[in-house]
Amino acid sequence: MYAIVVGGGKVGYYLAKELLAEMHEVLVIEKDRAKCERIAEELGDIVQNGDGCEAATMEAAGFGRADMVIAVTGDDEDNLISCQVAKAMFSVPRTIARLNNPKNQDIFRLLGIDTTVSATAAILAQIEQELPTHSVIHLLRLTHGLELVDIKVPSGAGIVGKRVKDLLLPHGSMIVLMIGKDGAPRITTPETAIQGEDDIVAVTSVENEEALRSILTQA
Amino acid sequence: MKVVIMGCGRVGATLAATLADEGHDVTVLDTRAEAFKRLPAGFKGRRHVGNGIDQDVLARIGVGEADAFIAVTQGDNRNVMATQMAKHIFNVPRTLCRIYDPIREEIYRDLGLESISPTIVGAKLLHEKLVNPRTAPKEPA
Repeated sequence: MYAIVVGGGKVGYYLAKELLAEMHEVLVIEKDRAKCERIAEELGDIVQNGDGCEAATMEAAGFGRADMVIAVTGDDEDNLISCQVAKAMFSVPRTIARLNNPKNQDIFRLLGIDTTVSATAAILAQIEQELPTHSVIHLLRLTHGLELVDIKVPSGAGIVGKRVKDLLLPHGSMIVLMIGKDGAPRITTPETAIQGEDDIVAVTSVENEEALRSILTQA
Repeated sequence: MKVVIMGCGRVGATLAATLADEGHDVTVLDTRAEAFKRLPAGFKGRRHVGNGIDQDVLARIGVGEADAFIAVTQGDNRNVMATQMAKHIFNVPRTLCRIYDPIREEIYRDLGLESISPTIVGAKLLHEKLVNPRTAPKEPA
């Protein structure tokens, strides 16, 4: 696979290193000459000095034959434009953008970026898991405005003892898996009964997340 | 018309002043408060300090109610991103975007963004003046 990494900061450097170790063909594009020299010293001749949003640089870097473009600069706008131009001008099949502001996830998806990764969002999800007061843990953002969430059912919730088929879930929501308080996962069928302190792993549309949370948690 | 202008450089400030004089409701956004010094004394529009590629900022300054959004910061990418947010998240009916890089400008024009490349426009005007001084379009007064 030929992967082009836009941005040779710490994220770009370690990403390139890992991809090289997996025997992929890698090129890093970095504006700063000193950073380029450091990468070339450590990883060899896999770096090009230039602007990863500029057509001439992109052409020379071989965007036309890239399987994947991964834009990981510290600026969301540069990551967005790099990926958009890669798609529009060079028909790159897969683009991945690093997000600094997690709120940009929706607009990036809307504008055709295949995958977004946000360290801020990942850390927030970890914090949600640590805090018992957070009843919804965001596990994964899926396509079509859907997400995978983990919702903890309080022992006094109204749905404890009910079966899945008796629940009136919001449109587009579906329970995928239940994990009991002993840590044993249960495959969910319409007959499965909900127990107190279950972790319910569910798919839901982002708009209906709050409705789903309230059905699964209210007393 | 309610217009939001992102970037209060020479172009942004001049455009804001012109539109405000014409009686339009103008809001100017810039990341630095010093930039507003470029606006003329007695400017009637609103000034906001903030980053235009942050949708919370765009929401706060009322982009959702704007009739037009114009991005004229120094950064092509910032302009393109903010304009697409105004268009696709806030459904602003009219959006305009300055893109210096002619190639990027062409790409985004093809993607449906209404944009202007001052590089091309400037070169064209200079060329006309040089080759055809009589017929060259006059700069607006």
